[in-house]
Amino acid sequence: MSGRDCPPDAPVVLTVEGTHGPLILAGTSSAAECGARAGARLTDARALEPKLVAVAADPAGDTALVERLARWSARWSPLVEVDGHDGLRLDVTGVAHLFGSEAALAEDMRQRFAALGLTARITIAPTAGAAWALARYGHSPRSPAAGRAFPRGEKDLAALLASLPVAALRLSPQAVRTLERLGLKTIGALVGVPRRSLARRFREADNPLDALDRALGRKPEPLSAAPFEPPPRSLLRLEEPVTHGEAAAQALERLIPDLVAQLERRQLGARRLALTGFRVDGSTAVASVATSIPSREPKHLQRLLADQVGALDAEYGFDGFGLEASWTEPLGGAQESLVEEPSGTRDIARLIDRLSVKLGPGRVRRPRPRESHLPEVASGWSAALEDRPSPDPSGLREGRIRPQRLLDRPEAIAVVYATPEGVPRRFVWRRGVHDIARVEGPERIAPEWWRAPSNSRLRDYYRVEDSAGRRFWIYREGVIGDGRGGAPDWFIHGLSG
Amino acid sequence: MPIRPAVERPIPRGPGERWTVPQPVRPTLSELFAAHPRDGGWVGFLTAQIERGKPLLWVQERMAILEAGRVHPPGIGGIAGNPDDLIHVEARDARSVLWAMEEGLRCAALGAVIGELWGDPAALDFTATRRLAVAAERSGVACWLVRLAGAANLSGARMRWRVASRPSLAHPFDPRAPGAPAWDAELFRARGMAPGRWHFAHEAGAAHPVHMVAAPGDRALAAHVGARLSA
Repeated sequence: MSGRDCPPDAPVVLTVEGTHGPLILAGTSSAAECGARAGARLTDARALEPKLVAVAADPAGDTALVERLARWSARWSPLVEVDGHDGLRLDVTGVAHLFGSEAALAEDMRQRFAALGLTARITIAPTAGAAWALARYGHSPRSPAAGRAFPRGEKDLAALLASLPVAALRLSPQAVRTLERLGLKTIGALVGVPRRSLARRFREADNPLDALDRALGRKPEPLSAAPFEPPPRSLLRLEEPVTHGEAAAQALERLIPDLVAQLERRQLGARRLALTGFRVDGSTAVASVATSIPSREPKHLQRLLADQVGALDAEYGFDGFGLEASWTEPLGGAQESLVEEPSGTRDIARLIDRLSVKLGPGRVRRPRPRESHLPEVASGWSAALEDRPSPDPSGLREGRIRPQRLLDRPEAIAVVYATPEGVPRRFVWRRGVHDIARVEGPERIAPEWWRAPSNSRLRDYYRVEDSAGRRFWIYREGVIGDGRGGAPDWFIHGLSG
Repeated sequence: MPIRPAVERPIPRGPGERWTVPQPVRPTLSELFAAHPRDGGWVGFLTAQIERGKPLLWVQERMAILEAGRVHPPGIGGIAGNPDDLIHVEARDARSVLWAMEEGLRCAALGAVIGELWGDPAALDFTATRRLAVAAERSGVACWLVRLAGAANLSGARMRWRVASRPSLAHPFDPRAPGAPAWDAELFRARGMAPGRWHFAHEAGAAHPVHMVAAPGDRALAAHVGARLSA
């Protein structure tokens, strides 16, 4: 962000692309002093203040930040809700005394947000609507006291809200405009109007009376924060640091039953497990494994982790262990088995898990055909641990004869041919001479112009059999006179049986 | 559990007579030596004998991949059934290959376990092969240990094959094109049955993949068989 580089009091605005050029989304206070208002065009604001620094806004990043802050704000209250795109709503009922008082709570919040480099406008009010209004409109220079006073009763609240503009009631712009045309510019003015006459004028969804009632606490407005469930985790604290090698394995034995019980209670299966060893010096050592299907079978999980855990380096000693299932998937309460008959898919998934843990996930793979004409691309692979995509039949079931083995890289061969255009009579591959007895082809595979560079050459594939009966798949890259290089080269690409 | 002797089947008399590859009664460890490391013929011979419809674990040593290519699912799809049922393992060394094979043999849901080793690694001794044989017999999963550029040392395998490519059968439509693949397979050690050496070819249109015909030695006859098979 270029805005970071300029001095702290420089007028900076965030812009979004509007229909007629960039619009100002938000600005710093110094920008506001220069006349840059939110919603104005950047060019207009620049006309007033040429030194204005414009930075493109990042709405997705802002949303992500607000969500992260919401999770972080759980330090003050268990019920946190993201409010719009720039607000957080916390239910602090019965919480404030933990921090001393409501004022102390708000001060704590302000300081901690300031430590993050964020300016927060914090209000505590009896209703969500009033808090919204006071936080957004109560901090204006005209009523400096409003932001810091914490109203208690309805009367107190009404008095505080009275001076705020009607837009503070979370109404739509149309409703606000209508009210302003009627001369009702503040909430106090709105309260003075008979309810009946107002109710007639506005639609149900956008009724200022409703909003007023919610702000004053006459109508309930509960928070609907989704409780954030931390991943299943089990901790083991040790009284004395341990340094011997088997400590981690022993800790694992103790932690797994607890974690499995948590998984069972929440009907989850682990896809990724990590055992963290907490060292005395504050550093950590992590051993993690992944599974190909969700599992909460203690023996299986223990076996997967056992190898990795043995390699954890204690250094000055571990004084704690934590086992966390960082990735879980729903897993019903399936009965393992009634009789001693293993079910195939689960057994194979466990086999894949064990192989992947020991050899590395990239080495245990399944075919994953891709849409391509090039044989090496079409017969792709993907790690067996990954979820299997629905099979794509187009790549494989074309009925063309393909070799049973494919070299990772086609290897150049030296050829002797009767005519330069035709099929070779003999080729040399890795110093072995092969006289071609039979040949079939060519099968022409054109370069994929939408992917490959423009000078890539076509391939003419031949299935050949040498005099000993060995079958190969060779190709000539390019044809003579295609204008993409000199004489075409020959390559061997596959072996078949 | 002792393995019972394999059933001995009659040797075919004439070309084209229905015949099958000698097979053990119960799934066990078979060792297969490629006659030449860069002869891919054995793949067709082996995949023809694998049970269809079950996942296949194919373990390749890195050296085998470098020297003789990686398994190509579209190529074996036509023979071994659904190519999605393939689990491919690329192992760094012979020790990992043997470990992965043994892990696979514990999983009875697999159709077969194939392991490819390059050369004569020290990890592959009699004990290692014996372990594989016992594991295969216990779980009832066929195990194939493929040796590329290896010597036939002491081994616990119940059947040991040496397979080379042979000139293919005549193509039904194009005399210059390679036809159905043919193999020269030598069973040089087998428990409970006589060793032998045969010429096999894939029987076109056979209901069961392991049905094969004895491939005739000379081309004139091969043309005759090819014509019959394509008819």
